[in-house]
Amino acid sequence: MVKVLIPSGALGLGYDRAALSRGIAAKPDIIAIDGGSTDSGPHYLGTGTSKYSRNSTRAEWAELMEARAQAGVPLIIGTAGTCGADSAVDWLVDITREIAAERGESLKLAVLKSGQSADMLVEALEKGRITDLPAAPEISADILRNCTNIVALAGAEQIQAALDTGADIVIAGRTTDTAIISALPLARGCHAGGAWHGAKIGECGALATTSPNSGTILIDFDADGFTMTPMGDEARATPHTVSAHMLYENSDPYILYEPGGYLDVRGATYTALDDRSVRVTGSTWVPSDTYTVKLEGARQAGFQTVSLALVRDARYVEHINAWCDDIVEKCTAKAQARVGGEFNIELRVIGQNATLGALDNHATIGTELGVMGIVTAETEALSREVAKMLNPYLLHHPLTEQEEMPTFAFPFSPPEMPRGAIHEFCLNHVLELDDPMQAFRLTTEEIGA
Amino acid sequence: MTRLADIVPKIRSKNAGPFWLTVDIFCGNANVFDRVSAAIHSEKVAELFQMQQDQLKRFDISDLHVVKFSLPRPQVQGVQADRDMHGASFANLLAELDI
Repeated sequence: MVKVLIPSGALGLGYDRAALSRGIAAKPDIIAIDGGSTDSGPHYLGTGTSKYSRNSTRAEWAELMEARAQAGVPLIIGTAGTCGADSAVDWLVDITREIAAERGESLKLAVLKSGQSADMLVEALEKGRITDLPAAPEISADILRNCTNIVALAGAEQIQAALDTGADIVIAGRTTDTAIISALPLARGCHAGGAWHGAKIGECGALATTSPNSGTILIDFDADGFTMTPMGDEARATPHTVSAHMLYENSDPYILYEPGGYLDVRGATYTALDDRSVRVTGSTWVPSDTYTVKLEGARQAGFQTVSLALVRDARYVEHINAWCDDIVEKCTAKAQARVGGEFNIELRVIGQNATLGALDNHATIGTELGVMGIVTAETEALSREVAKMLNPYLLHHPLTEQEEMPTFAFPFSPPEMPRGAIHEFCLNHVLELDDPMQAFRLTTEEIGA
Repeated sequence: MTRLADIVPKIRSKNAGPFWLTVDIFCGNANVFDRVSAAIHSEKVAELFQMQQDQLKRFDISDLHVVKFSLPRPQVQGVQADRDMHGASFANLLAELDI
């Protein structure tokens, strides 16, 4: 009834071009692709920027705009520019205008923005309209006002409003991964449980198939459920690859919360139609009494400068923890005396337990170790200053006072690598809305020739 | 001793949003699933992550031959003390578990 073509799990990840062509030939009703997630960390939301390069994004987006022109159907992207903040949406809108002008194509563009004002959220917090999700951090009016970006995750309703404008291309800020896929099937009366379940299976492109790198899949939604067919030549969907995808990045493999309700797949049955396609029926959509959207926010958490020293001397390798502890203690005292301010010095031993830290219970040490010095401070200048004070220790610190001055290896000059401002996520909450569009802004414009 | 990684085809850990971590143990078939499901104690898993057991969610999914654990991330993703932005390496804690 409604065919949604999903070129890949995210714009910038790439896909098999033959698979995309096969998808266009299957006459989809819409082409939907995700533009990001929180998975690469708080920097992107904190700064409102994209993780992927502008040139890669532009190249893939131009190909999808060509695919859209061939198919003659809408093209939609959710969570534009990795984080879906307003500035990241503007970035992709600029790219889209450039491509449309180059192609000499005249297009109607709908833009849905998800950025939230701190003042509005402070008021909502005071009115009890913001609720924590499990493992949420404490929030306050100050924390909300300190966020550099806060976004709300749009659901199917806001995407439907954008599609209702008759746009050729929809660029949406932060949305749930699934909403860009489920919106059209839901609007056309397909099975609600099937629409959300299919959208979850499809949100990572071909990840729910035997050939994840092929990217492109087609999901055909109908009145009872959905059928998923990979477009890659070698790719196959099986009941196992499809049902196992509910595990992926989901804390609960049966339930998925979305604005306006939740999906329950406990009753789903997965049937192989042939050696490529799987049909799914029996999933349920449970509407909620109130309409809530999830919030994501990031704030600045200081400035960082990192250094890397390499230790190859067997005696120092053997006593690395004592060496590091002594350096942190002495350098902290020196920096407090000479410059002061709020800062933290951490040394992580690469080759010992830099990955898992105190949780590692099988750490073994080889012939060499990397010592990563991480200085975090309240200002950029202070982080660099303390990192410079750390340098002589990483270069020459002896294990005992009665020994010749050692020298360790540095791969770079200068050894300090400023990382600039660092950010942290500070919201895991939902916001209650009276109307789904209340927290979102939809505009349209004509672009291109 | 047999380690979990020696008997199952795949163990995967991943963020489930910035505040949660989820670990999927793919057992491959019903026999291994039954063995793993019986042999892995939630207390032991909570101990591996140095966390309170009441925060640990467990799903024994026989249809998929998967045992899944979800927990609040040991450190919120991307904070100063976090070491693994995607949470992918926590799977090793389970892989190295003696069973």
